[in-house]
Amino acid sequence: MANISTNEFKAGLKIMLDGEPCNILENEFVKPGKGQAFSRVRIRKLISNKVLEKTFKSGDTVESADVMDTDLAYLYTDGEFWHFMNNETFEQIAADSKALGDNLKWLVENDLCTITLWNGTPIAVSPPNFVELEIVQTDPGLKGDTAGTGGKPATLSTGAVVRVPLFVQQGEIVKVDTRSGEYVSRVQK
Amino acid sequence: MNPTNHWQPSANIDVLRQRADILKKIRQFFDERDVLEVDTPALCHGSVTDLNLRAFSCQFDDPLSPNVTQLYLQTSPEFAMKRLLCAGSGAIYQLSKAFRNEEAGRLHNPEFTMLEWYRPDYDHYMLMDEVEILACSILGTDKAQRLTYQQAFKQILHFDPLLDDMHNLKALCDSLGYAELAANENDVDVLLNLLFSQHIEPAISQDTLCFVYDFPASQAALAKLNSTNPLVAERFELYYKGVELANGFNELSDVKEQRRRFEVDNHKRQQAGLPTIAVDEFFLSALQHGLPACAGVAMGIDRLVMLALDCQQISEVLAFGYANA
Repeated sequence: MANISTNEFKAGLKIMLDGEPCNILENEFVKPGKGQAFSRVRIRKLISNKVLEKTFKSGDTVESADVMDTDLAYLYTDGEFWHFMNNETFEQIAADSKALGDNLKWLVENDLCTITLWNGTPIAVSPPNFVELEIVQTDPGLKGDTAGTGGKPATLSTGAVVRVPLFVQQGEIVKVDTRSGEYVSRVQK
Repeated sequence: MNPTNHWQPSANIDVLRQRADILKKIRQFFDERDVLEVDTPALCHGSVTDLNLRAFSCQFDDPLSPNVTQLYLQTSPEFAMKRLLCAGSGAIYQLSKAFRNEEAGRLHNPEFTMLEWYRPDYDHYMLMDEVEILACSILGTDKAQRLTYQQAFKQILHFDPLLDDMHNLKALCDSLGYAELAANENDVDVLLNLLFSQHIEPAISQDTLCFVYDFPASQAALAKLNSTNPLVAERFELYYKGVELANGFNELSDVKEQRRRFEVDNHKRQQAGLPTIAVDEFFLSALQHGLPACAGVAMGIDRLVMLALDCQQISEVLAFGYANA
């Protein structure tokens, strides 16, 4: 891969560090009046998800990482892999549970997910910001309750558990924000 | 940047009004003390040789000569002001633009405003006292504390920057997360600068203005070496809230030593693959004539305004930061 100099560092740039692809979050120029200039960067390691700070001498180079994001539709799981498809080329790709991590619980068939590929292999899967899922289990709520009283836990069809208002019933479909894991609204069937 | 969307100033007008008040106070300060305001050229034939300063250079198409002359935009008005001192100006100050290539960020703009002043018959201690009065009055702070470079390092990182060796310095860098950087570095001052700027400046100056003086001789720049302890140079810096505000010297007046430092710098530049800089022969001739014993200091005025007005970015106190200048 190409070498990238510190003056190309910016948020979103993907570089290799300790053999792991990383995303630059922030780059700060540091220079004492009479001293050497440095780049202090905050980076997220894309596999371990660790955030750390790293300092480079201005002008130093690092290897770029072949990382790209692509939007693919979720198809199904065979228990070991989760399969996604490019809706235009019909090309399929399989991600393992490491790439999915916690986001497993937001996978809805046919939803477009953002798959992060490193050298062509999925290393992360981001679900859409909002998903619609059916409640498979929740306690019956009290009549006359309106939103805002703290709610109750509800288990969704994927196994995710979210807090819903007391009036929301088992069997209903709800819209959830996957970034916060919070209930948004009921969805008309 | 899109000119249609970004034509507006990067500072708001109220900040510019307060900036003007601060500049007025500074001029008043020197007026009351009988320090003469001067205005020296931004474009000169020679420039600073310092390895870590990059002067902008440009070509002058002289209408009175077939030759194309290379001129430099000054990184500070230091050489020209010292020539005035050599010519008998007495105490002088200047508020001017300074230019430094390859510098931009939260605390850097390639073109910035510098306050520089010189006091004949002062040493760096006396000058620190005067810097303190000015800085405290603009920033509304109590008096500054003073630490030697060695004390500051020992206090914060338990390391002796004058006596400990490179091996210990690299071990310290490793423990602070700079292992890769330190592994390939052979210049002690690069690592000292790194640790100083990242760990010491923020720690010593968070609540109070802090002077650091007696820098290692290898970082003397244009300061005299201390006559009793040649390990240190009579140079000081002022910090506040982790920001470097000023740099001052008990000024080197020995022309032979000055020429030697220029040559060493240019030699290091060659080794580093950097262009050598035309040595300012006017300045050296002036030193040859004689520079009165004096101390001088340069203060970053944009940063001073930032700190006085609690701004986070240098562009917030500039009419137009370089990005839409």
